[in-house]
Amino acid sequence: MLDTLWEALGLIGHLDAQVLAIVWLSLRVSLGAVLVGSLISLPLGAWLAIVAFPGRDALVVLLNGLMGIPSVVVGVVFYLLLSRSGPLGSFGILYTPMAMTIAQVFLVVPLMSALTRQVVEDAWNGYSLELRSFAYSPWLCVRTLLFDCRFSLVVAVIAGMGRAISEVGAVMIVGGNIFGFTRVMTTAIALETAKGDLPLSIALGAVLLSIVIPLNALAYGIRRWAMNRFG
Amino acid sequence: MFPIRLEKLQFCPNGRQVLADVDLLLGPEGITAVLGPNGAGKSVLLKTLAGLERPTGGSIDWNGGPTPAGRIAMVFQHPILLRTSVFDNVILGLKPMSLSRRELRQRGLEMLERVGLADRASDSARHLSGGERQRLALARCWAIRPRLLLLDEPTAALDPTATEAVEQLIREIRTDGTKVMMTTHNLGQALRLADDVVFIYGGRIREHTSNSEFFVRPRTEDAKRFIQGELPWRIAFTD
Ligand SMILES: Nc1ncnc2c1ncn2[C@@H]1O[C@H](COP(=O)(O)OP(=O)(O)OP(=O)(O)O)[C@@H](O)[C@H]1O
Ligand SMILES: [Mg+2]
Repeated sequence: MLDTLWEALGLIGHLDAQVLAIVWLSLRVSLGAVLVGSLISLPLGAWLAIVAFPGRDALVVLLNGLMGIPSVVVGVVFYLLLSRSGPLGSFGILYTPMAMTIAQVFLVVPLMSALTRQVVEDAWNGYSLELRSFAYSPWLCVRTLLFDCRFSLVVAVIAGMGRAISEVGAVMIVGGNIFGFTRVMTTAIALETAKGDLPLSIALGAVLLSIVIPLNALAYGIRRWAMNRFG
Repeated sequence: MFPIRLEKLQFCPNGRQVLADVDLLLGPEGITAVLGPNGAGKSVLLKTLAGLERPTGGSIDWNGGPTPAGRIAMVFQHPILLRTSVFDNVILGLKPMSLSRRELRQRGLEMLERVGLADRASDSARHLSGGERQRLALARCWAIRPRLLLLDEPTAALDPTATEAVEQLIREIRTDGTKVMMTTHNLGQALRLADDVVFIYGGRIREHTSNSEFFVRPRTEDAKRFIQGELPWRIAFTD
């Protein structure tokens, strides 16, 4: 047991090339997904917060429901879409980092839009009269509200990042966990544990934690600072 | 746009009569004070004029023209400031207009200058005091150069000095050629500022007379009682 821990520390300490490559791919895939996801979720969530049309409530409920969608389900759906015989099979991107990023985008969009909607709707309740009295278009309202809620929305983005980087199901299924190509931290941990290579698992687990925890601390810090600065 | 003619205006959400048969004629100039007890319908009347509440009956006639978007501004009972700088707040109403960056900057700074907040331009707006917030809210509305400015209790919760500052601004805005319609529970303020007074009670307009007329010779019993009740001192109307 101690030996295992020792070896794990050694792997991190020496910045083992294998570990580094895996960590780097994880970050690339998940950051990409969160970046693209933010471009979709922030406007979408804000728009849902301010509009009223028949079916809007149903959409909100659907989005809230999809927040907790199991990542394996997203994985299977994208597997079917991207596999050779699937409708998007001709792109030939199954088992590539690209496929993993796309699947993760769909994993984080419901979560991030639902959180955005919540935050922006609260703000909108306060601002709606003001903005409407200045003849703001919906699009200008969305931009203004997103800007005003920027510090609270950091939490939505971080939540998306947390979800993306720590999920196994989707990246496993559409990425295939190919060594040196689509193997990320979570799939590596699953595999190495199954094979009995505990030091590598633990090393990766430690790296994962050391990314997720400071990320959340950062979000917390930004909000605290902003509260003081802008009230 | 003027005169604005309200005819049989009604606001009855879910069958509750908030405004009933409001007839009102508003000229192009001066300050109109809307007085009345809590819940009389003052704020609703202003919001309806601002296009923020849809009347359930009656009509607003803007002298035959269309509803003048962008020419009406309203300062709310509790103005909400964005979590950003004072300057970014003062240009809030200018954003929908397609002004160049330079014009935006110029007009924003000019407005802050006029309300005495120029040195606070880069401070966080939410850290302003109550009186400063109110001045900023006024500046933000004044900046769009409205023809009609609606003020909902612009000096509630301000100390006498801050109240005086805001009243001075309201006078300047009027002098600028903007029609002002304001509610207040401060009868002294109405007496100082208003040209004419609209007295509203239970959703109905009971009186619309000149300032001097209203305070000296109120026509209705309700108005008399209201004036006596709201003043910090008791006055007796002869006859
Ligand atoms: N959208 C609405 N739906 C239902 N009732 C409303 C609505 N808006 C206002 N009311 C009601 O109309 C009445 C008048 O409200 P209003 O805010 O105009 O009063 P006010 O004269 O401004 O009072 P105050 O001096 O307290 O500000 C209140 O009883 C209020 O509850
Ligand atoms: Mg009111």
